[in-house]
Amino acid sequence: MLQLISLLVENKPGALMRVTGVLAARGYNIESLTVARTLDPELSRMSIVVDVEPSQCAQVIKQINKLINVLQVADLTEAPAVRRELVLVRVRSSKEDRTIILKEADIFGARAVESSVDGFALEATGDPEKLDAFIRVIERYGDIEVTRSGLVAVSMEPKKLKLAPPVRKEHLEPQETVSTIE
Amino acid sequence: MARLMTGAEIVLECLVREKVDCFFGYPGGVTLPLYDALYDHPIKHVLVRHEQNACFAAQGYARATGKVGVCCATSGPGATNLITALVDALMDSIPIVAITGQVSTKLIGSDAFQEADTFGITRPCTKHNYMVKNLADLPQIIHEAFHIAATGRPGPVLVDIPKDVFQAQGHYNPVTTIHLPGYKISVDGHAGQIRRAAQMIWEAERPIVYAGGGILAANASEELHQLVEFTDIPSVTTLMGLGAMPSGHPNYISMPGMHGSYAANMALTETDLIIALGVRFDDRVTGRLAAFAPHARVIHVDIDPAEIGKNRAADIPIVGDVKRVLEKLNQNVRELAPEMQARNSGPRKAWWSQVRAWKTAHPLTPEYSTKEIKPQHLMMEIDRLSGGDAIVASDVGQHQMWCAQFIRFNQPRLWLNSGGLGSMGFGLPAAIGAQFARPDKLVFAVVGDGGFQMSIPELATIANNSLPVKIIIMNNGYLGMVRQWQELFYKNRLSSVLLEGFPDPEKLAGAYGFIGKTVEKPGDLREALETAVNHPGPYLLNVRVTPFENVYPMVPAGGAINEMVLAPPQPVEV
Repeated sequence: MLQLISLLVENKPGALMRVTGVLAARGYNIESLTVARTLDPELSRMSIVVDVEPSQCAQVIKQINKLINVLQVADLTEAPAVRRELVLVRVRSSKEDRTIILKEADIFGARAVESSVDGFALEATGDPEKLDAFIRVIERYGDIEVTRSGLVAVSMEPKKLKLAPPVRKEHLEPQETVSTIE
Repeated sequence: MARLMTGAEIVLECLVREKVDCFFGYPGGVTLPLYDALYDHPIKHVLVRHEQNACFAAQGYARATGKVGVCCATSGPGATNLITALVDALMDSIPIVAITGQVSTKLIGSDAFQEADTFGITRPCTKHNYMVKNLADLPQIIHEAFHIAATGRPGPVLVDIPKDVFQAQGHYNPVTTIHLPGYKISVDGHAGQIRRAAQMIWEAERPIVYAGGGILAANASEELHQLVEFTDIPSVTTLMGLGAMPSGHPNYISMPGMHGSYAANMALTETDLIIALGVRFDDRVTGRLAAFAPHARVIHVDIDPAEIGKNRAADIPIVGDVKRVLEKLNQNVRELAPEMQARNSGPRKAWWSQVRAWKTAHPLTPEYSTKEIKPQHLMMEIDRLSGGDAIVASDVGQHQMWCAQFIRFNQPRLWLNSGGLGSMGFGLPAAIGAQFARPDKLVFAVVGDGGFQMSIPELATIANNSLPVKIIIMNNGYLGMVRQWQELFYKNRLSSVLLEGFPDPEKLAGAYGFIGKTVEKPGDLREALETAVNHPGPYLLNVRVTPFENVYPMVPAGGAINEMVLAPPQPVEV
């Protein structure tokens, strides 16, 4: 089943690999994945849609949560959340269809972001089903190329971010210069 | 102002501050600066003969002491040779810090000589790993590595250090705080859940304690004894937990599982409450999961939340350090005792007599013969010399199971074996590490002729350091466990399991400058072992045992643990 996971991770080399590694090691295919910095430049927000065996959903979340670089994991599959995706569609069309394409786009709340003699680049956002429908409609007017962003999500549940506090290591407290052992 | 140091010197300074007194490694091109700094440094470096064994030796050191074991390897092949032992440490939750060299930062990604993507390769093999790109980060990272390795659920952490970082000069700025916001450990356990657990313990009629390696990791055997003694509950310990309960303890049954005792498996099947402490319901313990402990409620204490409910749902999940949880649980159990203790005394008495009846019905019985040495006979003799106090590092296979069945361990950290990964070649290097950690202890490396031949290079390490390790080879001339399965499940088609061409042990040990002997007759076994143990230095004793002995009881793969086969089919006279 498709599971939507939202993560807050440290913005460090290898952090993405650690998360996807947990999924890949279990043979789960990632349907979409987005990562970008948060307001705090040291952290990134990741949204992953992944095909997981239903019995393993909770285990996957726990395993990801164990990763040192992961600060928070939430399963948004069933949770109250806003889910959005962006799609860029390049469509080649005949002169006659230009107006109707723009009209169709308008119905979907999409807009033309680039125009050329052989067509448009259209931008639409929404839930994946709406974007599927949009693509199906535009397809009828000519050759298209599609780039989808993958799902991004924001949880509507006010979940407090719990972080581990700093740990003082007593044996590392500066004593007289340690540099030899008996 | 502190003096200017190289990255290599800073690494050693960090090790000293982490109270590392010895570590195991093998040098190479990119670790040259580190080994140069070691040249006149007081920290002891043990030169092994293969990087895999550096990590296994570090594991032996860690398993025997509870301290973090440290190993070191060069880039490329050095690092890749560590992999098996790193995964082994990950599976068994052993605290290890592995330091690997890497090609200089400017060369990374250029397919430079002896370059491998160690950071990428070891990601799934470690609890956490690092690549150090700047000298300034080095002390923080190394101390973090020790912190991560030793705390929570322990495990291996690898730090990959490029050559130019070893060479760069800078200051060691003391690190006093570790801040890893994503590294959340619940130590204490939920007070309400612990209270409910105490109640459930008194309510149960047929309770059993199922304790494992977590007890050793948390140093909680004292608290475990208190629990089982105060409540008078029978207990079993897993392969990883041997020694958590002294073998002769009146509340102790034995090891359960695929080659566990009849009584342990029956008790786990019939119990109405499993008190699971630092265990993970491994498939080798549970057998067919659907048939495992069908009447039982489960209290599961583990520091790793991912273990709880992974294989068996818990009625009372408690995430916490098992020592801290047991302290509180014992307190709660005591508080509830006046009110609840008498409640189930009848059923509890019946439960104990049932457990005792199972023990008497099918005890673990060693085989003896007057013609050949039986493997169980060998283990009984090792046990006699150990008296429950020696360190026994075993390899993997039939001998490992016989060791676990017949050698007593009165304390934790005496039994060292590769439990989760089952890595052949573990025993001998682990014994080396343990002997360095515990020079006062009698250390046996009990190995099969298969695993021993994976470890032969380390005879040089033993000889060089005059380590008084007693290498006991249980030599049946076969890869015994694989042969056992071929016999039982593959119509006795013995495929590539005959280990012909075993070297002459006398000449082999002699070539390394120590004594090697072979013993073949049952009547000579005791004296041969005594000679080995009384000899002050290293000793190799090759024990020729019955070639076709199999390990019983045995739960066939996919079977329920109460469906164990107790003994081999009796030979039919023709």
